[in-house]
Amino acid sequence: MSALQPTSVGDRIRAGWRIARGLFRAGYAYMTEYRAELILWALANSLPFILMGAWTQASTRGHFALSPLDLVRYFLAVFVVRQLTVVWVLWEVEQQVQGGKLAPQLLQPVDPAWRHLMNHVAERVARLPFAASLVVLFFALYPAAFFVPSAMTLALFLVLVAAAFLLRFLVQYTLAMLCFWTERASSIEQLNFVLYMFLGGAIAPLDFFPPAVRAVADWTPFPSMMWLPCRVLLGGVPTAEVARAVAVLVGWCVVFFVASRLLWRAGLRRFSAMGA
Amino acid sequence: MRIARILSLFWRTSWAAEAEYRGNFVFAALASAGNLCASACSLWLFYQGGGGFPGWTFDESLVVLGLFSLYTGVVGSVLAPNLGRIVQHVEQGTLEFVLLKPLDSQLQVSLRVLSPWGLADVGWGVVLLVAGLARSGHAQPSLLWAIVPLSSGVVLLYALWFLVATTAVWFTKIYNATEVLRGLLDAGRFPMAAYPAAYRFVFIFIVPVAFLTTVPGEALLGRASSSMLAASPFVAAVAFVAARAFWGRAMRRYTGASG
Repeated sequence: MSALQPTSVGDRIRAGWRIARGLFRAGYAYMTEYRAELILWALANSLPFILMGAWTQASTRGHFALSPLDLVRYFLAVFVVRQLTVVWVLWEVEQQVQGGKLAPQLLQPVDPAWRHLMNHVAERVARLPFAASLVVLFFALYPAAFFVPSAMTLALFLVLVAAAFLLRFLVQYTLAMLCFWTERASSIEQLNFVLYMFLGGAIAPLDFFPPAVRAVADWTPFPSMMWLPCRVLLGGVPTAEVARAVAVLVGWCVVFFVASRLLWRAGLRRFSAMGA
Repeated sequence: MRIARILSLFWRTSWAAEAEYRGNFVFAALASAGNLCASACSLWLFYQGGGGFPGWTFDESLVVLGLFSLYTGVVGSVLAPNLGRIVQHVEQGTLEFVLLKPLDSQLQVSLRVLSPWGLADVGWGVVLLVAGLARSGHAQPSLLWAIVPLSSGVVLLYALWFLVATTAVWFTKIYNATEVLRGLLDAGRFPMAAYPAAYRFVFIFIVPVAFLTTVPGEALLGRASSSMLAASPFVAAVAFVAARAFWGRAMRRYTGASG
């Protein structure tokens, strides 16, 4: 028990690290068991490639803010970001709350949120080889689109993707907490998903939006979940704009973190009251 | 006749079961409306800056989007709830119960349930379709011409879904093989003119999305090419026969829950 009742800060960090590693290993082992499923999930995300075709075709006729080649790269980046930021925690929480499987988890001295988070991280690592080979295949088929971003850009991209994943996770986890009150949390997530795809820039880069829509969209949490990292990877975004987007991202992370914790506490009281 | 009676029984019972969750329907309708709004907005974005699809006005493209929503509704109401369960049947061995009944197993597996989930998509799809037709000056669409490609589209959609879902007999755990198909069918949101030549080749000959929305859409607008019109029932028939044969093969190969 000493590891779970740490005394000093150092002990606390060591214990946390050990728990995180344990959860990651368990998650990774579980995910690799269903490798075939992972490949299919990776392939299921073909929408960016479909839109890539439609947008590059449209850009040869009209005047758009991005060149055809930039569009190809943008949608490839969207594909990569979608691969790295997939979140399904709501469905897991829904199953656990409705099936009463949450009860045994509550007996463990680890907040279930950590288990969910590490499962998601592990899935990312298990999926990486497939996603990477799809990208390589893409460049082999379409060598003109190949480009090497600078180390600085790439580093910023990776940090932003990690942040995007965190925000997406926090938003969905907050919605998942509604499972304690309603059986329709997944329908609410469906609405959230539509907004995410559209305002996030999966359907079209935000650069194409009319200024009025764009001004509103910029303050929502969605652009930072997809458009921001993709656009940063392409380069050419003013630093001030990136800084503002990052500020919005951090702000929403805080909001949803606090909201999810508050709802978790309130929901838990309700859960025990339900006795399910 | 017997099949019609059985189907009506099947669908009444499954409908009653789903109607327990009426509240879900409101959210489904909202989500579907949101989805369609986003699709229409993205379509509009294509027409900004002088782009757009050659040979298609915005309103004409709306017709295609309406058809896409219609098919999404069919998937949500019939195909997804039924074929999603093949995996469950194979995994839990309940496929045996299906096979033991004196009724065609394909019928039982693929048309057992009718769920109200896709209704909202169908409704909004029809609204969009009618709006698109009216606004593009086709208030009296060539319905007669469109019946053949429209029904061929439904048959083709069914056959494609059924083909993919049948692979569950071999691989058991493929909840998401149908998601791959769903992703590819997303290309039906826009008329084929939206895509580069290589894409169009794929969408006509490999995953025949063109026959789902573009060809019926052109028929409704009264300007489908006769070769495409003639090809659509043919493609649907080939796909259906292939799906049927594949299911038969899968059933001969199937050795029960343990094998």
